[in-house]
Amino acid sequence: MYRSLFPRDLFAEVDRLQRELQQSFDTVSPSIRGFARGYPALNVGSTPKSVEVYAFAPGIDPAGIEINLERGVLTIEGERASALPADDGKTTAHINERFQGRFRRVLSLPDDIDPAAVNASYRDGVLHVSVQRRESAQPRRIEVQ
Amino acid sequence: MNNQAVTQTPEQTSASRDEPALLPLVDVIEDATGITLYADLPGVPKDRLNVRVEGETLLIEAELVLAVPQDMQASHAEVQRTHYRRAFTLSRELDPDKVSAELSQGVLRLRIPKAEHAQPRRITVQVA
Repeated sequence: MYRSLFPRDLFAEVDRLQRELQQSFDTVSPSIRGFARGYPALNVGSTPKSVEVYAFAPGIDPAGIEINLERGVLTIEGERASALPADDGKTTAHINERFQGRFRRVLSLPDDIDPAAVNASYRDGVLHVSVQRRESAQPRRIEVQ
Repeated sequence: MNNQAVTQTPEQTSASRDEPALLPLVDVIEDATGITLYADLPGVPKDRLNVRVEGETLLIEAELVLAVPQDMQASHAEVQRTHYRRAFTLSRELDPDKVSAELSQGVLRLRIPKAEHAQPRRITVQVA
């Protein structure tokens, strides 16, 4: 079919692009363990020196989060208490969408990470786990003598 | 001329112009004196949260701020937007002037009390 050289509506085009991009993200599964959608949502990124994991886990006591790294597999588990009060017949829950109960998410990290250099922090409901890559695996500039 | 150009209605155009936003998950609990709303807003600092009442609409808008290293490349992202938005219609017995809000660890807690006249009252029976 003939396609116009000038798009009809710039905003509609941008919207279409965005949807296509979203779909391509949705279908990519980077690991054999997959990335099941769940709680907490995970964003993962990497830099030449580290692997950065962001878990969107609002409303959790940081002391109750358990993070384990075993043979390159990172596990984040914990529990989230319910905000709903005990049913005493005087309250009504109109909407109940937020996650409650135990959660556990697992992801495999690249081979070159250093299991001894892991940092975790919790801020504004986002758990940030930073895993350093091994020194030997980092890109190095070699001086010519 | 390409006659497809005129098939787009004004509504569609304005809808696509609206920036797509994340829909925060909520719990809404009602008791005798009011409504409590909890909303999950991970990554939102206090100064990027905007809760307001416009007429009968309660609007929650917030900006997700994540400190990521500058040279980071995303390899997997389940959260791909940085803007939260959700609106609710309030009913008349709720008092929009007395809404209180607190944000802690990415969870917003809103308390919307019922207006005085809508509060439950115990009526004592007078013995004549």
